[in-house]
Amino acid sequence: MNKDVKVIKVKNLCKKFGDFTANNNLSFEVSKGEIFGFLGANGAGKTTAIKILCGLSYPTSGEISVAGFDVYKQREQLKRNIGYMSQKFSLYEDLTVFENIRFYGGIYGLSKEVIHRKADDLLKKLDLQHARNKRISSLPLGWKQKLAFSVAIFHDPEIVFLDEPTGGVDPVTRRQFWDLIYEASREGITIFVTTHYMDEAEYCDRVSIMVDGKIEALDTPAKLKEDFNAVDMDQVFLALARTATNVE
Amino acid sequence: MNRFIGFLKKEFYHIFRDKRSMLILFGMPIVQIMLFGYVINTDLKDVKMAVLDHSKDEYTAEIINKITSSGYFQLSNNLKSIEQADVIFRKGDVKLILVFEPDFGKKLVKNSKANVQILTDASDPNTANLEVSYLQGILQNYNVEINQDKQLPSSIQANSRMYFNANLESVFMFIPGIMATILMLVSAMMTSISIAREKELGTMEILLVSPLNPLQIILGKVTPYLALSFINALVIVGMGYFVFGVPVLGSFTLLMAESVLFIFLALSIGIFISTVAKSQQVAMMLSMFVLMLPTIILSGFIFPIRNMPVPLQVISYIIPPKYFIVILKNIMLKGVGLEYVWKETLILLAMTFGFIGLSLKKFKIRLQ
Repeated sequence: MNKDVKVIKVKNLCKKFGDFTANNNLSFEVSKGEIFGFLGANGAGKTTAIKILCGLSYPTSGEISVAGFDVYKQREQLKRNIGYMSQKFSLYEDLTVFENIRFYGGIYGLSKEVIHRKADDLLKKLDLQHARNKRISSLPLGWKQKLAFSVAIFHDPEIVFLDEPTGGVDPVTRRQFWDLIYEASREGITIFVTTHYMDEAEYCDRVSIMVDGKIEALDTPAKLKEDFNAVDMDQVFLALARTATNVE
Repeated sequence: MNRFIGFLKKEFYHIFRDKRSMLILFGMPIVQIMLFGYVINTDLKDVKMAVLDHSKDEYTAEIINKITSSGYFQLSNNLKSIEQADVIFRKGDVKLILVFEPDFGKKLVKNSKANVQILTDASDPNTANLEVSYLQGILQNYNVEINQDKQLPSSIQANSRMYFNANLESVFMFIPGIMATILMLVSAMMTSISIAREKELGTMEILLVSPLNPLQIILGKVTPYLALSFINALVIVGMGYFVFGVPVLGSFTLLMAESVLFIFLALSIGIFISTVAKSQQVAMMLSMFVLMLPTIILSGFIFPIRNMPVPLQVISYIIPPKYFIVILKNIMLKGVGLEYVWKETLILLAMTFGFIGLSLKKFKIRLQ
């Protein structure tokens, strides 16, 4: 992690839908290579904030830059420099492993040669060479998950946004998945991750917890546990979430 | 551009690897044409016929004999005057009246040319049309027979006239009707389902987060269906022509241009549906009930709009295929040009822009 380089800068982010305030004056920064946990109960405003950071929706007010690009004016460049993976499965089941890689590489504008070279490296790394021309639908879930993550960072983004990436996956696979996240982080990719699993929150460098549209806590897991006098992140989370009024 | 081509490639993979899509795309048009075509082309048997013979000579007697012995027609009345025609048709038994002009035989020998008129009850236009062509066939054969030992060939001129439905409004209607149905189905339903599928799978989010802009995504989604629908239009017109003899009297280019316009309209409706529908099921249901049933029932494809109750007639005005069918019918069967169908063309254009506008508006609201 490089603390001097801030790849996400959010200052006074507000997002309103009519009378409802989904994001109330959020301010935070994320360093290059950091694994940043973005926590909060359903309805706390996480998804709204992620959509803004990914350039999918405009904030009502605030200064926000992602990978050095302004979310109001430089969406195109911003989008080129981020990756995204959601809880819903994001590879095409009816395409083969390689076709998926080629498609995603293609929409990020990578050349044919680059795609072929990187695809070979990737398949070797994941030990999936034999499955190159198999359809995604024939792979076990754990492999799909790893592949989906690898595809999300295939174009070497500055930041990858992971929206509950490990939903519905068994603990062993989750652990393996986090190994991939660590590796990406070591390579300098910033990880912005939301999760419902509090053990995963412990894996993050820093964690923010949102309640009712505001960030109520932001620090390293160790520091948070100390502040809230808690044994684990679960207790921290519950202590904060209990104060919530906007619950879906 | 490369990005876009990659996108198109992927869309074609989706289509070609999905058996259901392939069946709808290529199986259905052919099955529908065959079904409609052959259901309509039932064989004739013992059609009741009346004769008004102003000539009563050996030739007319021989012709009548030929016709009745063919097995297709049965002589039931001999009429005395043309005034009886209306009465006898209204009774409903007799479907066909054969009128020989005075001195038919003499004219045939002397002038080598004689006239016979075929009057048909065209309230069932498909059958009426078939009867006429059968009769003409028999007359033609007879003509060839009597010409065998003559130097100067003679000819029997058969003119047909339809009663009750002079313009033969629904003959061949099945080709324009099927064309409208299939294009609507392929373009609107398939695109809306394919966009809804991306939403359901969560891949739509990925696409939106990618540097592709929404316009590219939409274009990538609809272009394959535009191409496939166009091929379908060609197949339908081709099968109509080669298998069932449905003519294209007007300009083929205009016909195809109008088809492309209609495909665009259907695609824009499909996009609109997909902005509303969150899942493939909903997209399918919406397409079925909002598009398919009205297309088949209210567009004038099967049931004449004229005979519908007034409220349904009013609704039929907002059914896009209605206008497309009018255009097709005019170009294919009447052979007219754009000057006769510009109104309908404009309506289709307006509807296309209307739906694109609506979709854009919906899309923007969602992004806010």
